[in-house]
Amino acid sequence: MAQQDSVKKIVLVALGVCLVCSLLVSSVAVGLAARQDENRRLDKIKNILRAADLYSDGVDVGKTYAEKVEPVLIELSSGETVGEDQFNEFLNIENFNMDEVTNHPEYGEAIPRDEDIGGISRKPKYMVVYLVKENDQLSKVILPVHGKGLWSTLYGFLSLNNDLKTVSGITFYQHAETPGLGGEVDNPRWQAIWKGKNAFDESGGLIIQVLKGQVDPSSPNAGHQIDGLAGATITTRGVDNFVKYWLTENGYGPFLNKLREGN
Amino acid sequence: MNEYKKVLLDPLFNNNPIALQVLGICSALAVTTKLDTSAVMILAVIFVAAFSNLSVSLVRNHLPSSVRILVEMTIIASMVIVADEFIQAFAYDISKQLSVFVSLIITNCIILGRTEAFALKNPPLISMMDGIGNALGYGVVLLFVGFCRELFGSGKLFGMPVLALNTEGGWYVPNGMMLLSPSAFILIGLFIWAVRTWKPEQVEED
Repeated sequence: MAQQDSVKKIVLVALGVCLVCSLLVSSVAVGLAARQDENRRLDKIKNILRAADLYSDGVDVGKTYAEKVEPVLIELSSGETVGEDQFNEFLNIENFNMDEVTNHPEYGEAIPRDEDIGGISRKPKYMVVYLVKENDQLSKVILPVHGKGLWSTLYGFLSLNNDLKTVSGITFYQHAETPGLGGEVDNPRWQAIWKGKNAFDESGGLIIQVLKGQVDPSSPNAGHQIDGLAGATITTRGVDNFVKYWLTENGYGPFLNKLREGN
Repeated sequence: MNEYKKVLLDPLFNNNPIALQVLGICSALAVTTKLDTSAVMILAVIFVAAFSNLSVSLVRNHLPSSVRILVEMTIIASMVIVADEFIQAFAYDISKQLSVFVSLIITNCIILGRTEAFALKNPPLISMMDGIGNALGYGVVLLFVGFCRELFGSGKLFGMPVLALNTEGGWYVPNGMMLLSPSAFILIGLFIWAVRTWKPEQVEED
């Protein structure tokens, strides 16, 4: 037994086990990465479709996306569409990686602390948004949104109807909030509450609001208020903040104004 | 051969890790709102229990007792990551629903308990059987709880409608409590009661 417990033996066994385990784990992770990435891509597309109410069980996700959804690269500050002639390694639609663009010294920028209500500290200067067209008419706009909840950054899509005032849907494709509490952002019943709510008033001012607690249905404000998630005050506040952030001038404000003028 | 059969089948009802030893309750509450998540969770636990018992048993004669638990945890954690990676690659939707609970298999007392109590003292093959057996014992309870919760909570089994819901023009009013964790406690309690009525020797002395 003394030999079993010698320092040399302990170190040897520990190193050996770690080596074998790390080899196993990393080879599995590398081997399955491509498949997982494809799953993630399809899941993202599915969420884009769900945000725009184009998804139901059994729909061919890739095909519907290709037929109805037109991704566009925009510059956030001006709201201008970026043409294909300006595409490069970072600025493109096919392989747009929001994290890389956000952290790029030229294509991303730090958000001043007092403006950073979404808690994301940096943002990309460019973003891919999605236009849904029916008979060549714009029917919906799907905007990627993200921001801090309680434990994690939530990534999702918010879609607006063609009046560019009312919400058509919201979904989240990535977060690590507490299952059952903040994780209820994934609950279809909660997401359904967003449908038809007014994001902007007649003069274009942002009015949408996620409350802490329940909305009083008789209140005149009920048309632009959304129930908070029970037991998830901080996640709810986070969603409220970053939705507001992305819908105003620091986010998609200029782009939405361009679209309104275009209409 | 009899011995193999015994370690494999005993944990189902005679020595069920949840019903008799009351281990592994946390995930039994969390993943059982639906049968398909329960089933994937069971497969993951079978995989992790089988291979961590096997690996620990293989190195059992070289394990210094001072780092015994650390080595066991490292092995279990690796197996859990492997299982998690596979679920993410082949059952992406379910992996999203299971979220953290697959990773939490690491802390499932059944697994560490079996490596400590069995795999450290027994040869590899029978240790592996013991792992599978205990995971199946865990699985029996999960399937029972998942079956009741999905049937009475949402009127479905494996996502297929079984009871016509009142929201869709049917007669069945779903029991919302079944979708909340406390219902799993009640169901596990009923399961333990049933098993102990069937096998009175499991009843503890006062």
